[in-house]
Amino acid sequence: MNIVVLVKQVPDTAAARTLSETDHSLDRANTDLVLDEINERAAEEALTLKETTDAEVTVVSMGPDSALDAIRKVLAMGADRGIHIRDDRLQGADVVSTAKVLAAAVRTVADVDLVLAGNATTDGQASAVPAVVADLLGLPQLTHVRALALDAGRVRAERETESGQVTLEAPLPALVSVTEKINEPRYPSFKGIMAAKKKPVVTIGLDDLFPDADDTGFLVTRTRVLEAVPRPARVAGVRVTDDGSAGRQLAAHLIARKLL
Amino acid sequence: MPDVLVLVDHDGERVHKSTYELLAAARRLGDPAAVLVGTPGTSARLKESLARHGATGVHAAESAEAGEFVGSLAVDALLLAVRTVSPAAVLVSATTDGKEVAGRLAARLDAGLLIDAVDLDSSGAVTQVVFGGSYTVRSEVSHGIPVIALRPGSFEPEEHPVEAVEHELVLPPIDPAGSARVIARRATPAGDRPELTEASVVVSGGRGVGGADGFEVVEELADALGGAVGASRAAVDAGYYPHQYQVGQTGKTVSPQLYIALGISGAIQHLAGMQTSRTIVAVNKDPDAPVFAVADYGVVGDLFSVAPQLTREVAARRGVA
Repeated sequence: MNIVVLVKQVPDTAAARTLSETDHSLDRANTDLVLDEINERAAEEALTLKETTDAEVTVVSMGPDSALDAIRKVLAMGADRGIHIRDDRLQGADVVSTAKVLAAAVRTVADVDLVLAGNATTDGQASAVPAVVADLLGLPQLTHVRALALDAGRVRAERETESGQVTLEAPLPALVSVTEKINEPRYPSFKGIMAAKKKPVVTIGLDDLFPDADDTGFLVTRTRVLEAVPRPARVAGVRVTDDGSAGRQLAAHLIARKLL
Repeated sequence: MPDVLVLVDHDGERVHKSTYELLAAARRLGDPAAVLVGTPGTSARLKESLARHGATGVHAAESAEAGEFVGSLAVDALLLAVRTVSPAAVLVSATTDGKEVAGRLAARLDAGLLIDAVDLDSSGAVTQVVFGGSYTVRSEVSHGIPVIALRPGSFEPEEHPVEAVEHELVLPPIDPAGSARVIARRATPAGDRPELTEASVVVSGGRGVGGADGFEVVEELADALGGAVGASRAAVDAGYYPHQYQVGQTGKTVSPQLYIALGISGAIQHLAGMQTSRTIVAVNKDPDAPVFAVADYGVVGDLFSVAPQLTREVAARRGVA
């Protein structure tokens, strides 16, 4: 079994996030970066499968130098090797470009049985990259999954979205994106952290992934930001302490504002 | 006028309101044309209501296997329709499924993708609210046919009766090696409440509700207001309420006219999912709860006395009205 886990480093949601003045892209230099929590769960699922199926787990991340920290964390959790896609031209990459690059990186791993990812990153929230990667690789997509099982070359998964729950089944190889319900990720052990330093990580760029593209051929974004305006922070309004009539006062307030 | 393709969300019998919103938005760019994937007979059932909301064409892909493959047939159908009419844009609802369909279509067209738009102007530029409401961004597509996922609830449905011309789309065969099949389906018991992302009123409960039983108070207020029920991550993680009702960074983003937070302290991840609501009301025992910093109306008090009193007031008013 060969499993590929796609992970992303994101700004810590507990910290403020700002857009850069120059190109309206996320100002990553001024934010704390962490391995996205949902990706830890995708990694956990891969490592659980590794224990039962003797799989080799490759962790893939696209991003600047700091993305290596995210890869090392998953290696410390127990993954076997890493692929770091690092290319300055990928700054501000859109969903389509990101998916093309990730799909090309997955193709460099021989005989992949399963690609695992988180269902949505906490920064972009487009929640579309895993589906697009599957589409580009021609793999069945089982996205937004809260439970999965492999058996006899097939994957069965419980998908949960706002439109309900379905059980999906597909032959391997397949792509699965997991929700935060799937498991509780393990913490890297000290031994794991030490071992991770010796595990192989290859760094590749666009020229490695798309050797036939001409210099200008790779389109990183197909959209343009015209304007980015900080919204005024919400300010606290009326505040009352309940003296036994707050429910009635609140009703009156909502009626006065035509909300009831 | 160029065509603007709109992907139809439906349950086989009824077109979802979010589709009428897309048709209203599409008219800003051209003539809306619906793309419909369903089992045989679906188009005949839904065509009239689509035409009443402005669809000048219905491109129908009917297959006995519709619904057995998440999103795949919709991507194929939209791609066929795009090749047929060269539209000015393709609009889908920014639901979980819709965002995936939009992404896959944009990749196949090598086209610009704009997800979670809350407004759209006649030039095709969209407005998005990012980072939990901290920035408003206007963007446009610079390459290819714009593929736009509009957040449900951002547009008002409009009746605009037209004649709809029907076109048949013949889908390519499904590749069994490249597709996951739906082998069982359990509908989310939605009851009579509106869908969370579409509701104009949302009442959410947090850890302060104290347990699954305590959510009755939340549900009763939501029902009195004709609203949807939401929950904070803390409440979901504690098992008080099902995951699909989670509002926040890792749950759903909602933007109703009125958001009432009961017993929710206001972790930043929760605020990110609701702070574009028009009016925010918070009830919490803790006067230092961060939710009060964003609330238009904050009540420091016990939700178990404040919420039922509000419910009775609302019910009394509805009774009189």
